[in-house]
Amino acid sequence: MAWVRRHLLTAAAMVTLFILLLPNVVVALFAFNKPNGRYNYQWVRFSTDAWANPCGTPGICDSLGLSLRIGVTASLVATLLGTMVAFALGRFRFRGRATTNLLIFMPMATPEVVMGSSLLTLFVAMGLSTGALAILIAHIMFCVSFVVVAVKARVASLDPRLEEAAADLGATPLATFIKVTLPLVAPGIAAGALLAFSLSFDDYIITNFNASPSSITFPMYVWGAAQRGTPVQINVVGTVMFVLSVGIVLTAQLISRSRTKKA
Amino acid sequence: MSSGSAVLPSAGRPPARRARVNWVPYALLLPGLLWLFVFFVVPMITLASQSLQEGDVDNGYTFTGNVAVYGQALQNYWPQLLRSIGYSATATVLALLLGYPLAYFIASRRGAWKNILLVLVIAPFFTSFLIRTLAWQTILADDYLPARFARAIHFTDLLQVLNLSENSSLLSSKFAVICGLTYNFLPFMILPLFTSLDRLDGRLLEAARDLYATPRETFRHITWPLSLPGVVAGTLLTFIPAAGDYINSKLLGNTQTVMIGQVIDAQFLRVLNYPLAAALSFVLLVLILSLVTAYVRRAGTEELV
Repeated sequence: MAWVRRHLLTAAAMVTLFILLLPNVVVALFAFNKPNGRYNYQWVRFSTDAWANPCGTPGICDSLGLSLRIGVTASLVATLLGTMVAFALGRFRFRGRATTNLLIFMPMATPEVVMGSSLLTLFVAMGLSTGALAILIAHIMFCVSFVVVAVKARVASLDPRLEEAAADLGATPLATFIKVTLPLVAPGIAAGALLAFSLSFDDYIITNFNASPSSITFPMYVWGAAQRGTPVQINVVGTVMFVLSVGIVLTAQLISRSRTKKA
Repeated sequence: MSSGSAVLPSAGRPPARRARVNWVPYALLLPGLLWLFVFFVVPMITLASQSLQEGDVDNGYTFTGNVAVYGQALQNYWPQLLRSIGYSATATVLALLLGYPLAYFIASRRGAWKNILLVLVIAPFFTSFLIRTLAWQTILADDYLPARFARAIHFTDLLQVLNLSENSSLLSSKFAVICGLTYNFLPFMILPLFTSLDRLDGRLLEAARDLYATPRETFRHITWPLSLPGVVAGTLLTFIPAAGDYINSKLLGNTQTVMIGQVIDAQFLRVLNYPLAAALSFVLLVLILSLVTAYVRRAGTEELV
């Protein structure tokens, strides 16, 4: 009975994992398709044409470049702002803590369509134009909270004795922070930055409200393609992003594992 | 006046404590909170203000306090509003049912397996949300295996009886939209569930076994109650974004599955009826916040962040 139950759990877990990963497999498979019409929904025959010419459809690489630039900038700024907030929350007792927590939680508890449209009304009211800068501002805004959550967990789990030991050994507060605290919190900061980048790179709804015709991000390009015809190159980009990111995450884990083994 | 305000905060407290105000946390908080205030809080105010203005895009808007726009918004779009809540609530329950076994399975692994499985759960995030939703158009397409199988076992007939689909295909139906929402927000459900299940003290489960609890009793009295913070966080992180989402309903649905986000998007960006769109957006925000507050109160969890 216990055997059946244990394997029932495994089976249920595998079904969910299958559902999670099936679309990624389909995306990768259809990156090697040669569709007949404008839409890449039907399998026709194997081809590597799109891989030979990834920028082959107009606009795709421009949009990709814009999304990468916005993603990198937004995740850098959001990581800096979020890490500072996380240290304040994880390290200090201060008045206004509940308000701070609420302000951090609110963007995560607000549907994207509300954040996107409300920002648009701000830009309209101020007479500012939408476009790449507006998108960047919006992305930093919704990424900060996620960075705070990722870093705060790490700051809270720090062993205060390590910093006390550094201070006892004569390290200045700055040296303690750089040599002891920061390396210990680094995995949390890296996770927060990665999360911020992927949220920014992937965002369609908020971006769409604050974009202009000259600032087409990659998700906006894909959305447009879904109405006009989907080039195989979209699948190529999706597959490369997937393989690269999984590779980066697995390598990072291998490195941290070998480090902990040495220590 | 100035002496009064200086006395008030310290009333009933030893004045010495006020001298030791530490400014470091406030300096750390300032840039981040300022950003959130200007680009999150202030926009909520301009959104509310926009909804009460009259005019048009070319000639500008003036504030008239036209509250009637809310009546108009609710009267015209209550079906889309209710539908959004219904779809996302259904998707949240499905995601919990699908996500819990996987989160439990991962939490009970050891060492490298745990990390590899966690990477597999977040891996879908690394391919654009839109590309993966488009992939479901292929997966559920009429002449592929899932749709054929669904027809063979009369699953599509069942969907029609339940009014989840209008014909014998899986695509362009309520069913497809709810599946898409469930799939897209599944990692947001699994990760918080995993975090709380991973913290679960294995000794409690052993103790339950020693005291002759059946596995079902152990789950009901130990595992489930201790995983509740994860359940609350996961359901919120699934329900909230799903309620405002319109990518799934647009790409996988039909004209009968239009969700409120789609209406807001169209009114803002195509019809250019800013006041009506702002009113709808504000109604959605208030509706979700009140549902979430009621839910969190009931679940009795405070620490969500």
